[in-house]
Amino acid sequence: MTTAPAPVTVSASAPVAGLVPATGGGLPVGRIGADAGRDAVIAHLREGARLIRRSDIQMVHAAGLGHIGGEFSITDVLATLYLHVMKVSPDQVADPERDRLILSKGHAAGALYTTLAAAGFIPPDQLATFMQPMSMLNGHPDRKKIAAVEANTGPLGHGLPIAVGTAIAAKLDGSPRRTFVLLGDGELQEGSNWEAMMTASQYGLANLTAVVDRNRLQQGARVVDTNDLEPLADKLRAFGWEVVEVDGHDHGALLDVFAAVPAASGKPTFVIAHTFKGYPISFMRDNVAWHHKVPSAEQVALALAELETS
Amino acid sequence: MTALTASAPRAERALHDCRDAYAATLIELAAADPRVVVVVNDSTGSSKLGEFGKQFPDRLINVGIAEQDMVGVGAGLANGGKIPFVSAASCFLTARALEQIKVDAAYSNNNIKLCGMSPGMAYGELGATHHSIEDLAWLRVIPNLTVIVPADPVETAQALRWAAEHTGPVFVRVSRMGVPDVNPAGYEFVPGRAVTLREGTDVTIIATGTVVSRALDAADDLALAGISARVLSMPTIKPIDTDAIVAAARETGAIVTVEEALTSGGLGGAVAETVVRHHPVPMRFVGVPDAFAPTGSTSWLFDHFGISAAGIDAAVRDVLDR
Repeated sequence: MTTAPAPVTVSASAPVAGLVPATGGGLPVGRIGADAGRDAVIAHLREGARLIRRSDIQMVHAAGLGHIGGEFSITDVLATLYLHVMKVSPDQVADPERDRLILSKGHAAGALYTTLAAAGFIPPDQLATFMQPMSMLNGHPDRKKIAAVEANTGPLGHGLPIAVGTAIAAKLDGSPRRTFVLLGDGELQEGSNWEAMMTASQYGLANLTAVVDRNRLQQGARVVDTNDLEPLADKLRAFGWEVVEVDGHDHGALLDVFAAVPAASGKPTFVIAHTFKGYPISFMRDNVAWHHKVPSAEQVALALAELETS
Repeated sequence: MTALTASAPRAERALHDCRDAYAATLIELAAADPRVVVVVNDSTGSSKLGEFGKQFPDRLINVGIAEQDMVGVGAGLANGGKIPFVSAASCFLTARALEQIKVDAAYSNNNIKLCGMSPGMAYGELGATHHSIEDLAWLRVIPNLTVIVPADPVETAQALRWAAEHTGPVFVRVSRMGVPDVNPAGYEFVPGRAVTLREGTDVTIIATGTVVSRALDAADDLALAGISARVLSMPTIKPIDTDAIVAAARETGAIVTVEEALTSGGLGGAVAETVVRHHPVPMRFVGVPDAFAPTGSTSWLFDHFGISAAGIDAAVRDVLDR
């Protein structure tokens, strides 16, 4: 890690009701290096994720659009990767040797944007433009508009094949750079993922880590009631991957998982991150209605209050 | 269009499979630039890339029979600084992976080269599943995608060299059916530019790819009947050469388009849009009408649809009412 521990900026006066224009309030929190010590890193990630969620819910409320439930389920994974694990730098966003993260579940763009703002890749003020006409912050990420975005996603099943390509490129270059790709669990119903899984295994892409956001809910219903994935871990292993299961909201556990890749076996790693849609908000958590429901001002206030103690 | 008699064989002309020029040029490009890689869907042989694989085994990436994966992997390789040439039968590349072409290649502005092999009715006997007569129509409407249809080996090689130099997504249609050399000695491919292969004043025949030689043959026949036909080769379908089309409309007053593809949406559609917008003149369209083609050899299908000197001749006489 190149970045020294950055001071955590905690927004002092949180907007708690009515209009909530200060979507970037409290950001950025900056990246933290390993030399800070494990406890400090975990504390930093926990606070970073809290502030990212605060910004995200206000941003979605202001835009009147967004996918807050599936954004809150991946916030801890994104924070762990961008604020600590990945070798990336806002000062060298196009560095060929940077690690890559591809957000395959592109509808969770709000979580990516707020995380990028927290990590210093985009100015927090820009979050107020989310989904506005001509905004750089599309409803789904666009690499032509935001330099830190690696791939244009939105239609599901695109990210894993692209990640296989970036991982093969790194291997051809003899580079240690890593690729991470974050997928929804419902997204695994797209057949292109399984094509790409076979390719990753065939090419021995130990430098590739896929994380599935296992929140068990898709847009319209529970995954189990739609097109069930189980036994998921067995399927992934059968496709030639190392499989690790983890609490996707436990920053310490996530750090351990990401520290273990590339796997000694030479296989790519699939992380099944067990999460809750809408986590940790009581009225959103594990509720399918919050796929793309937009919170009211009152709900934002309630959520912000809950986040104070999360 | 009713079936027409096959045109008489022209003077003994050497016919070339453009895949040979394709494979040789990729080897040349790969030798000069380590960023050049190839991605295939078990299509090494059908793309004639066996020798490429021998010379650059690590740079021929075979994802197996998985077209969505293939184009996505190409986009990822581009993200990693490579110049991927994705090489697969045009019917599968363009249909099976159309959303990846739209999103991962064009919308993302990735530096990826999509090479549609054996397009049109090259797989004539295999039937409509393996014909790629829709590719020009559905790729031409995708923003930010350059669409090139070379007519002979020289143009194929030059288009590939240009694509390797150009930063951005490009589709190149690489024919397998034998074609003669149609471009003059010293020819230089310029993207977005038509090539005037024959001057004429009564009508303009605009052709692309495999059918350009047939347009030239038709112009020879028409000259004997006192009809002066200009022949434009249109190697770039997108961006289309508006200036050449408008000049043809103004100066010759009638246009016939010829393509090994559906006439709606492909070259014919592109020329018609330009003509209507700038200088309306009567047009006729030679190609495949709104139908799946039957089974038959490529040459039989060309004659069946009048994509022949005789069929072009008839279309010219029809548009001129002569």
